Amino acid sequence: MEENNKSTLKVSKIKDGIVIDHIDHGKALKVLSTLGISGGEEFTVSVLMNVKSKTMNTFKDVVKIEKRVLKKGELDRISLVSPGATINIIKNFEIEKKFKVEIPDSIIGIVKCSNQNCISNNKEPVNAEFRVESKAPLILRCVYCDRTMVQPEIYHKI
Amino acid sequence: MLKQRDVVSVDDIETDEMFAIFELAKRYENLLKSGKRISDFESKIMATFFYEPSTRTRLSFESAMHRLGGSVISVPEPKSSSAAKGETLADTMRMASAYSDIIVIRHPLDGSARLASRFSSVPVINGGDGSGQHPTQTLLDLYTIWKEFGGFDNLTITILGDLKYGRTTHSLVRMLSRFKSTVNLVSPDTLKMPEHVISALSKNFKVNVSGDLNAVLPKTDVLYVTRIQKERFVDPNEYQGVIGAYSINIETTEAMKKGSIIMHPLPRIDEISPDVDGTINARYFQQAANGVPVRMALISKMLGVN
Repeated sequence: MEENNKSTLKVSKIKDGIVIDHIDHGKALKVLSTLGISGGEEFTVSVLMNVKSKTMNTFKDVVKIEKRVLKKGELDRISLVSPGATINIIKNFEIEKKFKVEIPDSIIGIVKCSNQNCISNNKEPVNAEFRVESKAPLILRCVYCDRTMVQPEIYHKI
Repeated sequence: MLKQRDVVSVDDIETDEMFAIFELAKRYENLLKSGKRISDFESKIMATFFYEPSTRTRLSFESAMHRLGGSVISVPEPKSSSAAKGETLADTMRMASAYSDIIVIRHPLDGSARLASRFSSVPVINGGDGSGQHPTQTLLDLYTIWKEFGGFDNLTITILGDLKYGRTTHSLVRMLSRFKSTVNLVSPDTLKMPEHVISALSKNFKVNVSGDLNAVLPKTDVLYVTRIQKERFVDPNEYQGVIGAYSINIETTEAMKKGSIIMHPLPRIDEISPDVDGTINARYFQQAANGVPVRMALISKMLGVN
């Protein structure tokens, strides 16, 4: 990601923060919006879109966020937007930890149920909640109305 | 066992628990016939919340609780009381569980009974949620079949009508998928059983989806007919066509095998002609009557007295 032989990327290394790598191409902005990052924050955010992946010979997006940590719920959100994404935690310019996001067994308060007649879309003190019935392909089943959701519906309901 | 648990979906009832309910229902049925009074539940109160119209479910639940010696409290029109003031269902359930020992709820929104069970501190029974499930209807349906055939394995059950919105059919096929039964689903294309219901069935359970009743009728042991609601159709001519193709009359019963029965969760409109009522196949009125002993048995198990 740092270079593609002939020229150095215009984005420099970050000192402390996170690099979200191997995001499905075209989904970087959705990753940022699902993390609630709008650009108005005080930290630096770099977005690279349609970068050639060295390992997979495909295109990917990369997001670098300085001085930011990710909570468990945020990792879950990223896993639903782009299940193949990897997280690099950077400390003092070095990768301190690197791991793949993982789709959890239950999804709470991230995706809205697509069934308009579901009680979870009504004014009740509950979050939408799903059991993950299958991770690949992704199938979610609402614990309230029992309806199933698949991609790209899930993506649009985040 | 079922003591102090919720019954929102048929999945909340284990197979052995279902048969235990049937055995107890049979005992209650005999007790009712003998005219003996039951006073096991004298101090128990059931709260009923029917946010949607209901005749049989409501009457049979309330009758069942009274027959057990308990009492029933209810809001005549819950839609025009707390819900109209903007109270959440969650709050209504918290309050109701302080006033009662068991709650029965029917609500137009899918998943409402599951939500109710999460906020109630007493057991909740789903009396029908939107186009979701209706587990107690399934219990009395299966009780009717069990009394007739003694079990469910090797039976061919044909479910006919509105399989898309008909919640009774969703619960029924889900429970039947635990057995070695053959299930035919016969409906017009627009009212097919939803994929989310089919995908939740046991993986090795096969359902035959068909549009042709005549093709499956000769091998059918139980013909389960459901109401096709006129308001589901945009084109009135299409409704007439569907009703014409799926209405059950004397000729239908003549094509059925010996010993086979016809069931219907009721109310029926045009699906079963009144001249079928007197045939040896008709079971729908007995089926509705079974609602009381079956619900008595369920309440009894959930309150943990028997």
